[in-house]
Amino acid sequence: MTVRVIGKEGLEGLLRALREEGYTVVGPLVRDGAIHYGEIGSIGDLPEGYRDEQGAGRYRLRQEGDLFFGYAVGPGSPKYFLNPPERLLFRVSSDGRGVEEEDGDDPGFAFLVRPCDVAGISIRDRVLLEGEYRDPHYLRRREKSLIIAVNCTHPGGTCFCLSMGTGPEVGDGADLILTEVSGKEHYFLIQAGSQRGKGLLERIPSMEASPAQIREAEGLIEGAKGRMGRALERDGLKELLYRSHDHPYWRDVEKRCLACGNCTFVCPTCFCTTLEDRMALDGSAERWQRWDSCFTLDFTYLHGGSIRSSIASRYRHWITHKLATWIDQFGTPGCVGCGRCITWCPVGIDITEVVEELRKGGG
Amino acid sequence: MGHPLIPAILSVGQIRRETGDVVTLTLEGYGRPFRFRPGQFNMLYLPGAGEVPISISGDPGKMDRVVHTVRMVGSVTGLIGRLKKGDPIGVRGPFGNPWPVDEARGDDILLVAGGVGLAPLRPVVYDVLSRRKDFGRFLLLYGARTPDDLLYKRELHRWRGRFDMYVDVTVDSASSTWKGNVGVVTALIERARFDPYHTTAMVCGPEVMMRFTVRALMEAGLKEEKIFLSMERNMKCAIGLCGHCQFGPYFVCKDGPVFRYDTVKELIWRKEV
Repeated sequence: MTVRVIGKEGLEGLLRALREEGYTVVGPLVRDGAIHYGEIGSIGDLPEGYRDEQGAGRYRLRQEGDLFFGYAVGPGSPKYFLNPPERLLFRVSSDGRGVEEEDGDDPGFAFLVRPCDVAGISIRDRVLLEGEYRDPHYLRRREKSLIIAVNCTHPGGTCFCLSMGTGPEVGDGADLILTEVSGKEHYFLIQAGSQRGKGLLERIPSMEASPAQIREAEGLIEGAKGRMGRALERDGLKELLYRSHDHPYWRDVEKRCLACGNCTFVCPTCFCTTLEDRMALDGSAERWQRWDSCFTLDFTYLHGGSIRSSIASRYRHWITHKLATWIDQFGTPGCVGCGRCITWCPVGIDITEVVEELRKGGG
Repeated sequence: MGHPLIPAILSVGQIRRETGDVVTLTLEGYGRPFRFRPGQFNMLYLPGAGEVPISISGDPGKMDRVVHTVRMVGSVTGLIGRLKKGDPIGVRGPFGNPWPVDEARGDDILLVAGGVGLAPLRPVVYDVLSRRKDFGRFLLLYGARTPDDLLYKRELHRWRGRFDMYVDVTVDSASSTWKGNVGVVTALIERARFDPYHTTAMVCGPEVMMRFTVRALMEAGLKEEKIFLSMERNMKCAIGLCGHCQFGPYFVCKDGPVFRYDTVKELIWRKEV
């Protein structure tokens, strides 16, 4: 696929073309002192000149430089748009006999996201679309969505996408691929990853990228590989977790873990939901699907009590699912190495550190 | 195609009170033949209360009805137990992996049930009796807390009266008016006659009962691959999408509830999996 080059005006033109095609453009913007994903109207909405500092339980934004994409991911992920935190499924009339399906609004999103989030969407596809049953709402939104991957040249302090094979350069799953370069000149390399992407690219003015420009962008991505804040040794990982069920380190994690569920809400692949009824005074009811977290005591409640009553067992379930059982269930780990669970853990529990501790003990 | 989380609304037909806290409901109005395999379950829904997974306890050969035996232990099942004839109830299903009745043809069939665990095994009894010659010996071992907690008493008597079926019942505790066995269900295994090398065992009851039953069955000579258990976990969607019922690498709703023992033996002896 040929690599083209566009400037700021070209990026603006791309956003305009997306809107003209009917897409709701979702990309990074600054909100509440962090990078979030939200609706982007023009390049003026992008966090131009921002950099982030991320560590275990720590996140700061500061203004520096002139990049539009000079930071790693924030707490939000595409799942907020593809599987909103809550959704009305149906209504039941007060006599209990009339069931009316709620169709809802399923806009077509154009996602302007990092490679780890592209990988996160691919993993959600496997979970929600490739089994015997599919989530019809997710399917509708996915069929309508377009993905523009922005290769990562500025990984954060908690990033380990290199270990998970999901970045800093995007793999499969993107319709368009951007790389931002700001040196002597500020430009974006752009190439199509699908026919839809190709059609869009043809609609905006661009020039052929020079070998020097391509080399410069490749150099930035190579440099990003060397600046990963974290690493996760994948070798024998599944077996490690399977044999660590009785590892004493879970009790150590338990002393710190608040079971708040933050890691599950910021995780781009965590997909668990619950169903909940809301009653009206006239006796009619609504049934809602809502995000749920395996860190709640209720999650495994069965008559008589909860299966996973200790916080240690809930943390163990979460990390074992991410790094081991997910592989048996869906043929891929449930982790993309985005580092969100480390950054947004209020007490800074670090998934890569937990794995290292488990390795020490031998399980 | 509608959303798989949307129930069909049926009506409560016949209601039978089995014990002080267990009822069997026959639901009508499914609109087409209701086909299921023994061991599968439905999600039963009461608007405003919630939805619960309940195994199907009826005869798979009678497709004009949906039969459930429900123990009133929670808020939703408590309300289900108070439904009256004609009341609406939401139903989704059938879901899940069934008992291996077809695969067990030619074998002796040994059913071991504890408490309300007899409900998901009753369809196996109907199924086996409807094609009795396909199987070897047919045994049902059943344990309940007290004589008053025994389900399906009339049918138990009828099955016990047959020459082609062995039924043995025990209770944990009883008054002196009870002339039957007192003790755990595993004690019934020792005195039952079956060919351990050609027997398929299907076990359903509380997890602790299943663990000890498995141990007793293996001591009796059964192979792990011939022992099947029905597991229970919190379920919300029943279609493998909500994550609640995970049990190690499995989703109980779609990989179970019936599991071959050797596929779960690393899990059922561990706590808080």
